[in-house]
Amino acid sequence: MVLGHKRTLWQKIHLDVPLLLALVCMMFGSLAIVYSASGQNMDMMLRHSVRMGGAVIALLVFAQVPPITLKRLVIPLYLVGLAMLVAVFFFGITINGAKRWLNLGVTNFQPSEVMKLAVPMMVAWYISQHRMPPKFINLFIGFILLCVPTFLIKEQPDLGTSLLIASSGIFVLFLAGLSWRLIGGALLLMVPAVFAFWHYGMRAYQKQRVMTLLDPESDPLGAGYHIIQSKIAIGSGGVEGKGWLHGTQSQLEFLPERHTDFIFSVLSEEFGLMGVVLLLSVYLFIIGRGLLIAVRAQDAFSKLLAGALTLTFFVYVFVNIGMVSGLLPVVGVPLPLISYGGTSMVTLMAGFGIIMSIATDKRMLLKS
Amino acid sequence: MINKRPTIRDHSAEANLFARRAFVGFVFVTLLIGLLLSNAYKLQVTEHDTYKTRSNDNRIKVIPVAPNRGLIYDRNGVLLAENRPVYNLEVIPEQVDDIAKRLAEVGALLNISVEDQENFLKNIRRKQRFKSRVIKARLNEQEVALFSVNQHKFPGFNIEARLARYYPYGETLTHALGYVAKLNKKELTALELAGEAKNYRATHDIGKLGIEKFYEKELHGIVGSQRVEVNNRGRVIRTLSVDAPAPGQDLVLTLDIGLQQVAKKALEGMRGAIVVMDPKDGGILALYSNPSYDPNLFVHGISGKDYRALLNPDRPLINRTTQGRYAPASTVKPHLAILGLEEGAIKEDTRIWDPGFFQLPNVEHKWRDWQRWGHGHVDVYKAIEESCDTFYYHIGNEMGITKISNFMNKFGFGDLSGIDIHEETSAILPTVAWKKDRFKENWWTGDTISVAIGQGYWTATPMQIANAVTIMVNKGEHYQPHLVQVKKQFDEITPMYTEERPPIVLKNHDHWRVALEAMHNTVTKVTGTAHKAFKGADYDPAGKTGTAQIVSIAQGEKYDAEKLDERHRDNAIYTGFAPYNDPRVVVTVVVENQGGGSKIAAPIARQLMDYYFTANPLKQGAN
Repeated sequence: MVLGHKRTLWQKIHLDVPLLLALVCMMFGSLAIVYSASGQNMDMMLRHSVRMGGAVIALLVFAQVPPITLKRLVIPLYLVGLAMLVAVFFFGITINGAKRWLNLGVTNFQPSEVMKLAVPMMVAWYISQHRMPPKFINLFIGFILLCVPTFLIKEQPDLGTSLLIASSGIFVLFLAGLSWRLIGGALLLMVPAVFAFWHYGMRAYQKQRVMTLLDPESDPLGAGYHIIQSKIAIGSGGVEGKGWLHGTQSQLEFLPERHTDFIFSVLSEEFGLMGVVLLLSVYLFIIGRGLLIAVRAQDAFSKLLAGALTLTFFVYVFVNIGMVSGLLPVVGVPLPLISYGGTSMVTLMAGFGIIMSIATDKRMLLKS
Repeated sequence: MINKRPTIRDHSAEANLFARRAFVGFVFVTLLIGLLLSNAYKLQVTEHDTYKTRSNDNRIKVIPVAPNRGLIYDRNGVLLAENRPVYNLEVIPEQVDDIAKRLAEVGALLNISVEDQENFLKNIRRKQRFKSRVIKARLNEQEVALFSVNQHKFPGFNIEARLARYYPYGETLTHALGYVAKLNKKELTALELAGEAKNYRATHDIGKLGIEKFYEKELHGIVGSQRVEVNNRGRVIRTLSVDAPAPGQDLVLTLDIGLQQVAKKALEGMRGAIVVMDPKDGGILALYSNPSYDPNLFVHGISGKDYRALLNPDRPLINRTTQGRYAPASTVKPHLAILGLEEGAIKEDTRIWDPGFFQLPNVEHKWRDWQRWGHGHVDVYKAIEESCDTFYYHIGNEMGITKISNFMNKFGFGDLSGIDIHEETSAILPTVAWKKDRFKENWWTGDTISVAIGQGYWTATPMQIANAVTIMVNKGEHYQPHLVQVKKQFDEITPMYTEERPPIVLKNHDHWRVALEAMHNTVTKVTGTAHKAFKGADYDPAGKTGTAQIVSIAQGEKYDAEKLDERHRDNAIYTGFAPYNDPRVVVTVVVENQGGGSKIAAPIARQLMDYYFTANPLKQGAN
């Protein structure tokens, strides 16, 4: 340790103050919006608060784990997660037609939540073992490492989560210096692949579903209902919004899933474009801060992990907002940090805990 | 291989590479956030007006509000048709997942018969599923409470409180007032064609019969509306504004409920009709047809059993006052006397010998007088007082059918009276052309002989008989018979039917006097056919009896009521007025299959007149 670099209290408890402030802002915002979106349901508020408390604890705990310890935990965590996914495949509990849960006696547990952290960690650790930009063989193995859990989760089926997990791994490869030529080539391959899939791989009803997603007005009372009502909520909010607790689309229950996936529509309706700008600004700040921490990180593993987690966080934001505002098809992804929600919030905050641990890593402090 | 560490690594180059990639990532993120923002701007600023409108369309519904139907009063302000709150169990089929199952559950709770459930299910298959349908009408308080407690189990089912028509006098007024019942598809189509459908958006019932039907437009009122905020299940959260409906107009009838009740009581146990008219303006004071039925049964949808019970041989559904076709019989003798005088067939002092029958030259057949031994020497007065048939056989023979038809048509026979209910027939005033058309046969002189005593092919409704006598009482002045006196809305009163029809002008106005005087004699003279019935009346009545044969009695045979099947017995008719000098009331009574006019019909007319003059006493010296 270099003399004169006295560690602050925050650094001692491994917390990054700007990031923490942004997260706390989001949480208070979340309480206000969930209160409105739940129709002032105090029971739901209580449960939401408890989950938030749990998420904050997860953040504090993961922040205390130094990257060096994380590295040691990567392989066991990944293997345990993989084992649990296989277990789900055979012994999982089916709820609403999807086999995603393991019965742990006390509670049902969703192994894909573990993989949300384990996959980027595993890929980041593997890639960081080699010279960067990675060679093709390393890229290929990294790709396999992310593909196996992605495939298992997709088969549950849970398309949303599998895409998020795949993207977290791909972000690692991208940040590691995946060559632009490969990226371009992959994108070029996508065009004929999608074309072929559309013509030969899809049944008529599946095509119809996609068409509905592209043009919700063609089926206003059926599949298009959610997205139409959501767009009406957002659009009718205008610049200033209808005011807290005064959104007619949400308070009169025209909006479906208003406290979970469609909470952005509630916010847009009640707080207008001003609210949207504020929300997106905070998200941008969080992402900027996360990437800055990644850039400043001491070693390759920390850089890749912090960067991938941050960019994955943005995927949540983009997919959710894109979905509820009619840019993307409807995929069940909650709005991070805001939606009333289950375990995904805890996982998310654990991820921020890891980023904070990287931010306050001793070696990093030495460098700065 | 995984764990093999690279020998040389350029950490600073790797850090630069990572920083570049992180920067590219950040740029992408910023661009995509910009995309989200621009999309939000498009929705919230550029297209804000569209979405604001759609949002309001979602939450604001305009609910039509039914106007209160106008009330109906009798001439003295007694309420005859009112609106009372009822609680109906209704369902919107569209909002129920498994209607048959839920209906069975509700049925078990509220005692709805399996037959009614099945009928309901059959009906909703044909109808719009979004519209509220009544499952059980008129729930009592206990049922309302029972359902309310369990309502959460039955989404889509609701108890609706609304006003429904109630007729406190029940069957006493059915044929005059009619009734309202559920608006059906045919009526809805008719309303659409008339451009009235909008006004009925909230209306459940429509006039089906009688005054309720005839004055539907006046009674209905103008629909109002209510702007309400609803949630996604259509449940009303609050009312934003109200545009109150304009209630229908109230109607004041010319009917007198007291007189109507006397009429009902007088006809108890008999089939018949009573019309009481005010000769001064044609207003109907009583209009009763027996048997009758309770109109309230129809308001909430009559059950199959109740309806079948009404389809009995006594035909209670027929309004005998305007739809019953009876031979007018001797009640038309005063009119025919005037015709004879006008045409010069007889003079006031002409006397005819009545041997008890009439024969046409060279014809064997004898047209018998009701009095087998005849009336001896008969003049026009005696012919009316004693209702001598032979006298009229002569007149009829001399006039011929065409003159009789043309003249009697002026008194309204063969035409609708124009009374303000739709249930009316013009009956038959026969002509040569009519018989040709109806039977493909020529008119025989013998046909005319029967018509001359108001029988044969001639039929008339009690309303026509009443109207014809009223015209006579008024010496040719002619008013349209009507039931509604005025319509009222708030304080605005509009009189109805003041219109006068062109009067009948005789060559000699004095001929009216002859006929009326003879009708007076019918009551005052001991030999008069109505003398007995009106003995001792406080007022000065006049009138004419009639006895209509239902089957022709064979030549030489005597009419014997006891021997005849009940349905083939004579109809009794009386039509009369009082007081003679200044007539204020005209009473017409027809009783089916009960015998002679003087014995059966005249005493009923007496009861009505007695009541009328007790309720409306004559001023001293006015008589």
